[in-house]
Amino acid sequence: MEYESVIGLEIHVELATKSKMFCKCSTVFGEAPNTQTCPVCLGLPGSLPVANEKAVEYVIKSGLALGCDINLYSLFHRKNYFYPDMPKDYQISQYDQPLCINGLIDLDMGDYQTRIGITRIHLEEDTGKLIHVGGAGRIAGAEYSLVDFNRAGVPLMEIVSEPDIRTPEEAKAYAQKLRAILQSLGVSDVSMEKGSMRVDANVSIRPKGSAEFGTKAELKNLNSFRSLQRALAYEIERQTKALNEGRPEDIVQETRHWDEAKGITSTLRTKEYAHDYRYFPDPDLVPMEFTSDYVEYLRAQLPELPDERKQRFMREYGLPVHEANLLTESKAMGDFFEETVKLYKGDPKAVANWMLGDMSYYLNTEGLEIDETAVTPKHLAELLKLMDKGVISGKIAKEIFPEMFETGKLPQVIVEEKGMTQISNEEEIAKIIDLVLEENASTVEEYRAGKDKAFGFLVGQAMRLTKGRGNPQLINRLLREKLQE
Amino acid sequence: MELYQMTIHELHEKLLNKEVSAKDVTESVFSRIEGVEDGVKSYLTITKEVALEQARQVDEKIAAGEKVGPLAGIPTAIKDVMCTQGIRTTCGSKILDNFIPVYTSTAVQNLFDEGIVMTGKTNMDEFAMGSSTENSGFFPTRNPWDLERVPGGSSGGSAAAVAADEAIFSLGSDTGGSIRQPASLCGIVGMKPTYGLVSRYGLVAFASSLDQIGPFTKDVTDCAIVLNHLVGHDPMDSTSVKIDRPDYTKSLVDDLKGIRIGIPKELMAEGIDPEVKKVVENALEIFSKNGALVAETSLPNLEYGLSAYYIIAPAEASSNLARFDGVRYGYRVPDPDDLMDMYMRTRAEGFGDEVKRRIMLGTYALSAGYYEAYYGKAQKVRTLIVRDFNKAFEEFDVLVSPTSPTVAFKIGEKIANPLQMYLSDICTIPVNLAGLPGISVPCGTVNGLPVGLQIIGRALGEEAILKVAYSFEQNFGWNEKPKLEIRY
Ligand SMILES: [Zn+2]
Repeated sequence: MEYESVIGLEIHVELATKSKMFCKCSTVFGEAPNTQTCPVCLGLPGSLPVANEKAVEYVIKSGLALGCDINLYSLFHRKNYFYPDMPKDYQISQYDQPLCINGLIDLDMGDYQTRIGITRIHLEEDTGKLIHVGGAGRIAGAEYSLVDFNRAGVPLMEIVSEPDIRTPEEAKAYAQKLRAILQSLGVSDVSMEKGSMRVDANVSIRPKGSAEFGTKAELKNLNSFRSLQRALAYEIERQTKALNEGRPEDIVQETRHWDEAKGITSTLRTKEYAHDYRYFPDPDLVPMEFTSDYVEYLRAQLPELPDERKQRFMREYGLPVHEANLLTESKAMGDFFEETVKLYKGDPKAVANWMLGDMSYYLNTEGLEIDETAVTPKHLAELLKLMDKGVISGKIAKEIFPEMFETGKLPQVIVEEKGMTQISNEEEIAKIIDLVLEENASTVEEYRAGKDKAFGFLVGQAMRLTKGRGNPQLINRLLREKLQE
Repeated sequence: MELYQMTIHELHEKLLNKEVSAKDVTESVFSRIEGVEDGVKSYLTITKEVALEQARQVDEKIAAGEKVGPLAGIPTAIKDVMCTQGIRTTCGSKILDNFIPVYTSTAVQNLFDEGIVMTGKTNMDEFAMGSSTENSGFFPTRNPWDLERVPGGSSGGSAAAVAADEAIFSLGSDTGGSIRQPASLCGIVGMKPTYGLVSRYGLVAFASSLDQIGPFTKDVTDCAIVLNHLVGHDPMDSTSVKIDRPDYTKSLVDDLKGIRIGIPKELMAEGIDPEVKKVVENALEIFSKNGALVAETSLPNLEYGLSAYYIIAPAEASSNLARFDGVRYGYRVPDPDDLMDMYMRTRAEGFGDEVKRRIMLGTYALSAGYYEAYYGKAQKVRTLIVRDFNKAFEEFDVLVSPTSPTVAFKIGEKIANPLQMYLSDICTIPVNLAGLPGISVPCGTVNGLPVGLQIIGRALGEEAILKVAYSFEQNFGWNEKPKLEIRY
């Protein structure tokens, strides 16, 4: 039987506010344990939460950018459960009146377009971090456990998609597009590596065309877009195999852990019984009420979003749709492109070609984002200018790119250090050509006998003697002149 | 007359005239504490060193000719449910026996800034759950009028301390009557302000949507003075109201002419002890004699108040008290097998019966499948009660009732019967549900035990109830005091 997969993503994003969700503590990452805390985020008796207005604003802006309806009346609820990383043993979250509902993300999958619905976006507080010492590093069997509350109370935005995603590729594209949108808003770092963007995926399969849902598994520990795609592909295959081989009991409602190294998912915990979180409106926080004027005021502040930018790149720089898509995949990529074009003042397509060619190759190899390298728009613009001026050839440009990428040295500096400037002196080239003609008399004969291919060989020899630095146009011209003599 | 017997306004005058020093006043109160505390047992923690240091600072200021406010140098007891930095704060619970807060609650800090002298932290029903202070995790407090009887609760320690002259005034918290009922049983003035008027920051929560801090004082004048320094917007409390604080002492005017006083018939019905009812009826005549218009009114949904309260308050408490889990502070069972064992035994051993009873009630009421039937319904009742009050206040300026259906009962009399105990707050609970201000003032005795009169106002109507309470006090002229045996 042919199956299709049904995927929904729950994405948690840490908001880039200066202070925590319900207190004034800093959200700075990486400080000594329990130094970014106060009575409120430690849940000390008598402390009370006060909502961070900036965080609320960020969520509404995100909702507007994602085409959501904004609830003008919204509530914080308490989600009650005991766990040592939760200072109050309840999490302040949202329940039936979240800030945003009914949004969407349109995906351009190259050969087709698809639209993924967004069920809701809500605001909550993050938990602390547990470190289990001894045993297997899990709470069970640990000698003792430590808690760091620095992260407790950092504002978290949860974005829940509809189960509209059908392939691992769409899931990845959805998550990437979401990241690009949030980046353009500046509401979060949205870094999967740093944990400011955390993706959980619900996946089930069903006979193609069926309207019913199969039993879903929730996948956790997806620490990159790549692992999101790989984990889903693995899990879909596992479920498909189970059904094809008559083992439907292998698919149960459960949480599965993705092991990046082994490339498999395995049971983390089964949902034997559903948690009863006993949600109720938090009496310590007054309901949030907004006017539509306020919402429109925020809408008017929205920056250019990735889709708009893509259209503009096509219009303004004459880029084909594919290139425009890739260059707007992240905010940093688009910013780099535009900045380079501005500095270079030459053909934007040349910039696009370099970025999507050599640059993307090195970024992928190193697993880096464009803004995490030593290369800046100035580097690329100068490199292009050196080529345009004939100081270096394209071949040399490709040669010096890795060093520029690794060291951050400007191309001019590398070229000078290595003496890689192009030889464009006619006299010098003429001497070299004389030498080539002398050493390859038989080839010269072949050329004169009408064998065109021989010309290319002679050019190659001249380039060899100049160690690749000879100006190719000049070599071509002089060689032809000499052969016709 | 001894200094410890005096009111805030009397002492303030003496301090300003330099007739006495804050040290004299403080020492007088501590000598009284030494004399009667063994019998009354108002305090969980006595902070004499802190008090003497605070008194010294006030004396210095006065000597230096600096201006001091009316609370400067006044010995004050604080209910042990408000956090005090560096000073043990137990909430009357074994689970917080060793808990020393790292910060001071806003209400107490406001009073510290005014120069009060803190005598100590007073006994209470565990986490403010109770009406007799018998649910204290440590020991019961006794009523200064009769040591065999309860002082009321949950702020019984704070009420008894003022009634026994072990403090000039005190702070309590009131979730369903926990200030007004003990004030009534101890024959003093106690006020629960409008919800949100006094910051709850640093008040260990029982039921967040009902809790409110307020004063116990010896007279209505002192109540207005303290209120002036308790009220104010606090950015640390989202539910704190933003208003320009009036000068409440301006309401201390003896003038009842034309004031419309409503008597909710539901609060004078069965369940109210006939003797108490008679005392209250006599008191009502004072109002009519002095020009007030007194008439019966009805709050038809009040009969559901107690039930709604015993859903909402435990529901909120079940969540508020979750944090007492042994992980970060307070009691932790010494030898847990694992996390679950630590949670369960810490809480089983740390909490008393009434607290556990209410946590279970509240957990049940919020459970999936029951939420609408219990919590949802109780919130609807709450809305109906608010409407009843609003309607009554279209016709009346204040509403008056008994504060407590009975006078102080015997220690042990109701402790085995929680439902009987819950009825102690039948007159006060609706006021919390509606978030309104209420004051209890002494209005006579039954068999030598004080009876309190509850005056209820509109939201933020503190000025109206202070005026009515003050006028009543002036015209009633009550000055009975408990006769306490001094035992050194
Ligand atoms: Zn904090």
